Amino acid sequence: MNMLLLQAVKKTKKIKNKALLLSTALLLSTTAITQVQAQELEIKVTNLTQGIHFTPILIAAHDGDTKLFKSGEMASMALQMMAEGGDISALSAMLTSADKAENPAMGLLAPATSTSAMLSTMDANMYLSVVAMMLPTNDGFIGLNSWKIPSEAGTYSFTINAYDAGTEANDEMITGGGALGVAGIPAAPGMNAGTGGTGVTMTEGNSHVHIHRGNLGDDDLMGGKSDLDNTVHRWLNPVARITVTVN
Amino acid sequence: MISINNKLALTALATFMLSACGGSSSSSKMMPVEEPDPMITYSYQVTVTNLTYAQPMSPIAVLLHNEGQLWTIGEMASVPLENLAESGDNADVLAESIVLSGQSGAGLLLPGMSEVVDISYTFTDVNNAPMMISLATMLVNTNDAFTGVNALAINNLAIGESISLATSSYDSGTEKNSELMATIPGPAGGGSGEGFNAERDDIDKVAMHSGVVSVDDGLMMSALTQAHRFDNPTLSIMVTRME
Repeated sequence: MNMLLLQAVKKTKKIKNKALLLSTALLLSTTAITQVQAQELEIKVTNLTQGIHFTPILIAAHDGDTKLFKSGEMASMALQMMAEGGDISALSAMLTSADKAENPAMGLLAPATSTSAMLSTMDANMYLSVVAMMLPTNDGFIGLNSWKIPSEAGTYSFTINAYDAGTEANDEMITGGGALGVAGIPAAPGMNAGTGGTGVTMTEGNSHVHIHRGNLGDDDLMGGKSDLDNTVHRWLNPVARITVTVN
Repeated sequence: MISINNKLALTALATFMLSACGGSSSSSKMMPVEEPDPMITYSYQVTVTNLTYAQPMSPIAVLLHNEGQLWTIGEMASVPLENLAESGDNADVLAESIVLSGQSGAGLLLPGMSEVVDISYTFTDVNNAPMMISLATMLVNTNDAFTGVNALAINNLAIGESISLATSSYDSGTEKNSELMATIPGPAGGGSGEGFNAERDDIDKVAMHSGVVSVDDGLMMSALTQAHRFDNPTLSIMVTRME
């Protein structure tokens, strides 16, 4: 009983009217309490890069046990589909009890642009994650992993980094290959890449999710090793800014 | 000549009036004297360290302001910022209309070196205390890279308190990152590289900088070498309120 009460008070901490809360908690403490007032969030994603597009973005508020990805562990097949081909459907399907905002930019998020989504979060969905593939890369993605959503109203802003899913060799060849296990980069949306590259590497030695080492590119748009332009398609971290407004 | 004549005339007039009024000196003491509003000064010490290996920073522009910002990701760079980012000239940034008080660093801030820039603002209305501080400088061995602090809130900084931060680098988006010798105003350009050019031949939006490529990493025509490469952060900054 005491534990239940404690839990109830803890869970409802985020609500401002503490007096009302406490009485509600007391009233309900004899039954299992799962319902907590929703949080209304506005989440803005800014592409900070100068030459990289983001494919459809998946924003999710979820519980403490759910992870879209974990550094140092192998990517799930769902993450791989997102990172190699920009397809967030499998990741989204995996998130059965999460609150989600899918594809707020209605397609690609161009370099140095922003998009926003509203999200109502319920229950135990106290953690925020954001992912989107980066183009042109083989399996690079922007990643926010389980950021604890503050209960206090306010605006919170921070930057995030680029990850490599570890599922595909970074050959930097634009082949249209976006399907699972198909080598190559699906596309360069900026239409500023080259062709005829022989491939930067054919192996992916680190199969765990890790910080992306960046594109290499070259200065030969008709050949060389890479189809990418080394003055356009590189980046330095951070690659995105997340601004969360808790209402 | 004219002004001297005027002064003489004025002195003569004053002498005449004084002698004419006789005992006016005692009556003037009775006149209500308006108390000037007390002057309030806020001063800050800004310590800047260049964290790069071989990117001298152009003279640092430090400014106090109450509104606006020096740049916004995704928006066009202002012409003063373009000038700073392409040539290292901070004069136009320091002359921006939002600036309450502006201060320039002494000169180039070389890699591995630190500099202290003192800046203060004096005002009378207690509500006019400076709200924000901004800072900008060019990485001179680049086409148009800059770094700095954008509208950092300092309104809650008490005397003796400090804020420390490390800065990332941005691309003004106004000049293609060709890295050609003729386009690098810093020493890597041989001293004759072009600075400001009003033409905007890049994405014309401020974004984060992707770093320089260099001749050693696959850009054959680059005037830059492996030594000019940089990563984030590029500056370490500490702002301390002194007064």
